[in-house]
Amino acid sequence: MATTFTEHPTIRERFADLHPPLTGQAATIEANRCLNCFDAPCMGACPTHIDVPGFIKRIASGNLRGSARKILEANVLAGSCSRVCPVEVLCEGACVMHRYDRPPIQIAQLQRHAMDFFHRSGEPLLLEPAVERNLKVACIGSGPASLACAAELRRHGARVTVFERRPLPGGLNTYGVADYKLPTADSLREVELIRQTGAEFRLGVSIGEGPGDTSLDALEAEYDFIFLALGLGAMQRLNIPREEELQASGHILNALQLISAYKTGRVTEMHGSAVVVGAGNTAIDAAVAARRLGATSVTILYRRGPNDLSAFDFEVEHAHKEGVHFLWQRIPVGIRTCADGRLQMETRSVRFEAGRLEVVPDSHLELSCDRVIPAIGQSPLEQILTESHFVVATDGRILINHQTGQTTNPRYFAGGDCANGGREVVDAVADGKRAAIGILAAAEAVNV
Amino acid sequence: MFSQPDITVRNFAGKINSPNPFWLASAPPTNTGEQIMRAFDAGWGGAVWKTIGAPVTNVSSRYSSIDWQGQRMMGFNNIELISDRPIEVNLAEITEVKRRYPAHAVIASLMVESTREAWHDIVSRAEDAGADGLELNFGCPHGMSERGMGSAVGQVPEYAQMITKWVKERAQTPVLVKLTPNISDIRAVARAAKRGGADGLSAINTINSITGIDLDTLIPRPNVDGKSSHGGYCGPAVKPIALNMVQQVMADPEGALPMSGIGGISDWRDAAEFILLGCGTVQVCTAAMHYGYRIVEDMADGLSNWMREKGFQTIEDFRGLSLNRVTDWKHLNLNYKIVAHIDENKCIGCDLCHIACWDGAHQCIHLDRVSGPVDGHVENHPIPTLREAASHAALTQTPVTRRERQRVADHGPYPTPLSRIPRVDETECVGCNLCSCVCPVENCITMVEVPTGQAPETWAERTAS
Repeated sequence: MATTFTEHPTIRERFADLHPPLTGQAATIEANRCLNCFDAPCMGACPTHIDVPGFIKRIASGNLRGSARKILEANVLAGSCSRVCPVEVLCEGACVMHRYDRPPIQIAQLQRHAMDFFHRSGEPLLLEPAVERNLKVACIGSGPASLACAAELRRHGARVTVFERRPLPGGLNTYGVADYKLPTADSLREVELIRQTGAEFRLGVSIGEGPGDTSLDALEAEYDFIFLALGLGAMQRLNIPREEELQASGHILNALQLISAYKTGRVTEMHGSAVVVGAGNTAIDAAVAARRLGATSVTILYRRGPNDLSAFDFEVEHAHKEGVHFLWQRIPVGIRTCADGRLQMETRSVRFEAGRLEVVPDSHLELSCDRVIPAIGQSPLEQILTESHFVVATDGRILINHQTGQTTNPRYFAGGDCANGGREVVDAVADGKRAAIGILAAAEAVNV
Repeated sequence: MFSQPDITVRNFAGKINSPNPFWLASAPPTNTGEQIMRAFDAGWGGAVWKTIGAPVTNVSSRYSSIDWQGQRMMGFNNIELISDRPIEVNLAEITEVKRRYPAHAVIASLMVESTREAWHDIVSRAEDAGADGLELNFGCPHGMSERGMGSAVGQVPEYAQMITKWVKERAQTPVLVKLTPNISDIRAVARAAKRGGADGLSAINTINSITGIDLDTLIPRPNVDGKSSHGGYCGPAVKPIALNMVQQVMADPEGALPMSGIGGISDWRDAAEFILLGCGTVQVCTAAMHYGYRIVEDMADGLSNWMREKGFQTIEDFRGLSLNRVTDWKHLNLNYKIVAHIDENKCIGCDLCHIACWDGAHQCIHLDRVSGPVDGHVENHPIPTLREAASHAALTQTPVTRRERQRVADHGPYPTPLSRIPRVDETECVGCNLCSCVCPVENCITMVEVPTGQAPETWAERTAS
């Protein structure tokens, strides 16, 4: 597997840890604050149901190896989850300490503490090889859902091949997470542990019907089950005149392109000012990235108001701290290129009337900038599979049985963004693990 | 009404006076005159000098401690011996301290070989130096006891009585006997001391202990070149043991004498508790070793403020008031019933009371406020494991939209979702207190008396008829 990756020193410097790890003593003190609730709400709030009090008590007692293994039992990507989970609305948001007038237990930091220990130890995920079984599963996509599915399948001895169209595995964990949360190298380290369980990774392989693609029919012939973890489609376009031309010239670079470009060291600095369109979590990541890459001014343009944006509150707060400006209830309608090479973005105020977006008359405002970064969501996944292989999708999501991950075609399972419409890494991990168990059960049923 | 109470000690054990009841116990904080004078400046009322007597050589290391959940020194252990400085130096410093601090109590702690001549000699020298009183160290549990001193004396009532008698033959100042807890009934030695003529007691000395074993080297602590020795345990962890032993002695007419209470005293609350069981003064060591002499400020201040709140003018006003509140189990009222009451507005939903009651008590705190209680005389509840399994099997997703987040935040009439506020089945509750002990929230679980309508009856009364 071609996971040779060297992080760019400039990127490492500009995207240093947002939350540096706890020292050993700080972790012990924090672990001892945990009340060890019965049927703990934090555990219930976690999509992978990590035994939070269980692993925290192990940290308190100095049993770091046991702590890490307890975590990994539930979530094989616990290292990245500890860095990227929006814990404010998950485990830490559910902590009873909120009602005790105390700050919640720093669950994510404690989890990172245990996982960092585990990664330093060099231990493999599987302590002893599973008994190999004659069950072959293809996982399409190598993001968190696939990785979790592959790891769980390997634990039970199934033969797994992961197909990834990009050169590096890990999906959004590798290409799409802000580097001050999770460096690319850390994502790849986690993938490597899963590869070591015996999962085969085929990188740079596209599945589909296009030229050079591997077809689903070919996979069906070789594998017993297929797990679809395709993620979402390409980022939405702004739908303004000259968009393609400006994309080609690099003036328009969408949020995911920007994030993957700097994470792989292809972009290491940004000059002048940037306008980010959209106010979701990815928009915030892109805006902060632009600032850290050197943009002198970054403005987020959003069609609704501050009370409507979908980004988490802590993300918005972070953007403010990084010096990102917000311009509310405004949309771009056109972009001109000036003689000096800079851009003039023409915008209009908008308002929602009876659920419909209306342009406010005489609300013209021009913004000059050097770069426009669209971040208005990813389009629903393309319908490459659905019709031909009886995998039904509604509203751009593959329809699954949520308990088993099984699609309308019993040989196909699905999970992650392509099935849940776009959620967090931890949701993808939960989906992937459930699907693996679903696949194993389905295999039992048909005696594979 | 707003006058500050008087916390001075007058005529303790006959004629020892000190500006307050807070004395430093015989230990490293009272090793030298220079230290003791700084301690008096900080506010300590008295000091029992680090034990003077037979020559010794100390080892390194000497201390080890028990930390508990991130708190340092919940329990403390030492294998240090008595003063390793020349007797002459200690005595000269006693004279100097008393010259400069005439109003403070300076007690000489003594330990010499068990001969009448040796004791007569050291008693005279200590008193000539100016000590206000003597404390006979019959308690040191390590090292000295191997040489027939310390607890080797304190564990044999006859020896304790004999040496006390020898000391009293010569002593002009009050004689306190320091009792060892390393004995099956501490009253035996208290009685012996009293028979020998002691004017007072101090209790307790340290408890024999091994604090722990280093799990890397497998060597117990403290480590002296690869070996350890049993030491004397003290600090906050020993207070309940000390309180019990002080109460036993003070409630015993044959053993009770003016008592200087010792054992895990760290603040004014601890001190007040020892005084409520009859102590006239208290002695402190571990807390001063942990934080320095300055801790006495809050001890004096806090005790005075509590006394004012309670309307006590002097130490004597409340000394011993709790003594007769301790009785034999057979005299407790069997018809007194309390049950746990959970304040729904304070409950944070940790549900520790639920699991504690199920696993550690009487299975009567349930999580059924939403599902409803089970009808019938005997309630049939699913075991806690099933509830955990149900939570584990639940499908949970990150609330990514504002609407989803709002839904997560919604709950019932109390700050905690109703499903997580436990319910006490009062008919089954035995009033054991366990839930109120484990509850992390102050005053959330209170124990409420339920009138039984029955006249008080004790086990003694019930079995007498």
